[in-house]
Amino acid sequence: MAAMRVNALARDDMQWRITYNHERCTLCGHCLSSCPFRAIEAGVEKRRKVISDHLTPKPKVLFQTVPVIRQVLDHHEACRGCGCCEKVCPNEAIAPRLNLETRLPIKHRGTTADGYKRGGRSNLNPMGNTLDKITIGRISQMTDPSLDAQRHTFDMLAPLGRVLPPESLPLRISETGSLGITESLPPLNWMYPIIIGDMSIGALSTRMWEALAIATAYLNEEVGLPVRMCTGEGGIPGRLLRSHYVRYMILQIASGHFGWNRIVNSMPDMQDDPAGILIKIGQGAKPGDGGMLQAKKVARHIQEIRGVPKADLLSPPNHQGLYSIEESVQKMFLSFNSAFKFRVPVAIKVAASTTSVSVYNNLLRDPYNIVGGFFLDGIQGGTGAAQDISLDHTGHPIVSKLRDCYLAAVHQGKQGQIPLWAGGGMAQGWNLAADAFKMISLGANGVFTGKLMLQLAGCVGLDNGKCNACNTGLCPAGICSQNPVLVKRLDIDKVAENIVNYFIATDQELKKLMAPIGNSSLPVGRSDALISTDRAVADKLTISYAC
Amino acid sequence: MCRIGAIKSRDYIHPSWALRLMRSQQKGHDNSGFAMVMQDLGGVFENYKKYPVLSMACTEEGMKTAEDILYSMGFSRIGQWNPEIRPADNLNIEPMPIYVFQFFHYPKSMRNASQAEKEQLLVDARITLRRALEANGEGYVYSFWPDTLTLKEIGDPTDIGTYFNLWEESKDFTARIITAQCRQNTNYDIVRYAAHPFFLQGYTVLANGENTFYEKNKHFQKSLHKGYIGFESDSQCFLYTLHYIHRELGWPLKYYKHTVTPLPFEEIERHPERDVLLRIRSSLAHLEINGPNTLIGVLPDGQMFTCCDSKKLRPVVVGRNEDMVVISSEVNGINEILPDRDWKQDIYPHARETVIINNELEVNQWQQCV
Repeated sequence: MAAMRVNALARDDMQWRITYNHERCTLCGHCLSSCPFRAIEAGVEKRRKVISDHLTPKPKVLFQTVPVIRQVLDHHEACRGCGCCEKVCPNEAIAPRLNLETRLPIKHRGTTADGYKRGGRSNLNPMGNTLDKITIGRISQMTDPSLDAQRHTFDMLAPLGRVLPPESLPLRISETGSLGITESLPPLNWMYPIIIGDMSIGALSTRMWEALAIATAYLNEEVGLPVRMCTGEGGIPGRLLRSHYVRYMILQIASGHFGWNRIVNSMPDMQDDPAGILIKIGQGAKPGDGGMLQAKKVARHIQEIRGVPKADLLSPPNHQGLYSIEESVQKMFLSFNSAFKFRVPVAIKVAASTTSVSVYNNLLRDPYNIVGGFFLDGIQGGTGAAQDISLDHTGHPIVSKLRDCYLAAVHQGKQGQIPLWAGGGMAQGWNLAADAFKMISLGANGVFTGKLMLQLAGCVGLDNGKCNACNTGLCPAGICSQNPVLVKRLDIDKVAENIVNYFIATDQELKKLMAPIGNSSLPVGRSDALISTDRAVADKLTISYAC
Repeated sequence: MCRIGAIKSRDYIHPSWALRLMRSQQKGHDNSGFAMVMQDLGGVFENYKKYPVLSMACTEEGMKTAEDILYSMGFSRIGQWNPEIRPADNLNIEPMPIYVFQFFHYPKSMRNASQAEKEQLLVDARITLRRALEANGEGYVYSFWPDTLTLKEIGDPTDIGTYFNLWEESKDFTARIITAQCRQNTNYDIVRYAAHPFFLQGYTVLANGENTFYEKNKHFQKSLHKGYIGFESDSQCFLYTLHYIHRELGWPLKYYKHTVTPLPFEEIERHPERDVLLRIRSSLAHLEINGPNTLIGVLPDGQMFTCCDSKKLRPVVVGRNEDMVVISSEVNGINEILPDRDWKQDIYPHARETVIINNELEVNQWQQCV
């Protein structure tokens, strides 16, 4: 009798179990070649079969060795449930199924003495999706007529840059009775109120990043939607940097400073200014981890763009040289403002936190007037090499924190002076327009979204742990991988087309939300347009309760 | 919906003109009230133009409270005018016991003070009075300002006219500028303070409209000036923005229109004042007004203007003869009081236009777009 190894991984420990129907399998091998995780393998099984090939029953036992496909039992090569095998199987012979009895997370920790890395997304959403508990309850009619969403002209631009209070504008009345600007002012750019969030070239495959850049340029130049894209940390290809397309890009500088050298070196050759600079202090998902690009994803072109060897690239969750707001304002903002000769707005991105309001208040009182935007990132965003512990148990929901920051500004009479942008969990309910509209009504100038772009590209991951292999370099859709074979799965043009189409639809939908409340410009802070059927949500956000 | 009207005249006119202007439009309102502000006063007020006039409706206790406060601040009463009240059982009106129109000497300590200091004192005094009377429901303080008189009443405008004997022309009670409203207050209770015209430091605004940006306007205005209080009606925001742009920031009037109904970004890009307009659009984003409205305003120097929302969703018309310019929601109001004017000269302002009437009664039309 074989010894029973209690602690060995068993099929029932796996998060995903492969169901395999031998009868339907033609052994074509497509599933094997499609699985990036090597979570299935070809094997053989000995089968005992009783048959009778005589005219009268004459049973005999036949032993047969048959080839089969079976699941690999291994911590590192565990099935992620991406479903590629199912997608390619011509006969519906194989599919992953979620195993609710999984013990893989504790087995992993017990075996490897390391946190269970899940890569992608938060599973915990104990509050439910707040934005889906809010509806737009104020519908104009008769005395304040609603607008025609199809025919009316809407004015939908949001500012990025330091907005001075009106009494501080250096204006002088000329002899003709017109106002003229007498001194230079902090740079201010106007853009579409939805930004493609910061996802680095490196974290994304080059093809995915290129698709985002193509979609952005197309939206601007062909569709007429001034959508901006944040590069994420990790630089930007030199050719793009030196092209006029850089005007649609918000360049990010984060704590790892990856790629910044190349940007600085390219400055003399740049023919246009970027749309903005975003200093990433922290991100909303996995706030204690920072960015983590594992060595296996640091392909040759990434090494070139970032100027690094093939090694794990860790962006610390904080900027190592800065330990105070005062220092941040003086050093970081001033240096990045001056790098672009004070022509490009410089904004900051922080993780939503119970302390975000203090930071925002402090920046609002900044005497230098050089902070051009406050990007708040909530718990629900982000991909990366995060561990379970960070994804599930750290971070702050975005909706109430955005509201807190807006109301803190209102309290001081400084609303709008440092534009508020919020993200992290936009379009969890699959509708970006609705979420953007609600966030804007609660006080945001605009929102940013990243994960949704990946989903538009064909990401198969889901919040219940499906796939979530963004960190492994084995993204089955070729979105978050640098593996040439996997990356080729991604159709750049199709991805760009999906993103462009989604934005066009979102733009129409935004108008369909602005029309009924009778607004032709963005309803920033118009929380009176919102109601919630959840008493606690209504109270916390100071909007009307309705039932 | 409200009906609004304004008369600017070369000669002093009696409020019956305003009553007739408004009464003819009675199908456009619910007869629930009449309110007016008279500026550049004639009659018994003509010789007291420098002295602040207190306009107030109150109870007897309210009267006493107000007198105590004003005396304690150093004001001394010079004189007063009492409307000739004609109560009758069949009148649809909810009058207050006392209507106060009194003029005062500034406190002695202020006699040599600057104009700005005096104006600040008057605002402080009005706010103090209002808070004191509000605490016990003792009355309403509408204005405390030189050469300005305000009357606001709940009831049928015809009956209000009868009650105050305003149908009968009298040379004692006249002004060169009268703005008036007959209301249909849709958003809120019928509250006296919610009645237009609204007045602050020489600025008068009345509106026929809905301000869908009320909340963001209010949140922003609350921190701008201590006089920006009340907010019983979303239309008060229109006054405060005018006061803020023109008086506090000292910008020319045209930037009021640029603030409340900014040009679309596409048009700003083509505008010669592009840079300034973009800055206004960012710095004063919370003072924008979305929603259908028509505004009539009076500036401290007596100039009058009208403008509309950016889509021209509410009506307004300007009619005139040599001695009078009349702005009204409906043309039948002007027909009533200027039947012999050349109606072909009537102006129906469009969405991007501001019509300004100066003190020589010249009518200027200013276009927001190029």
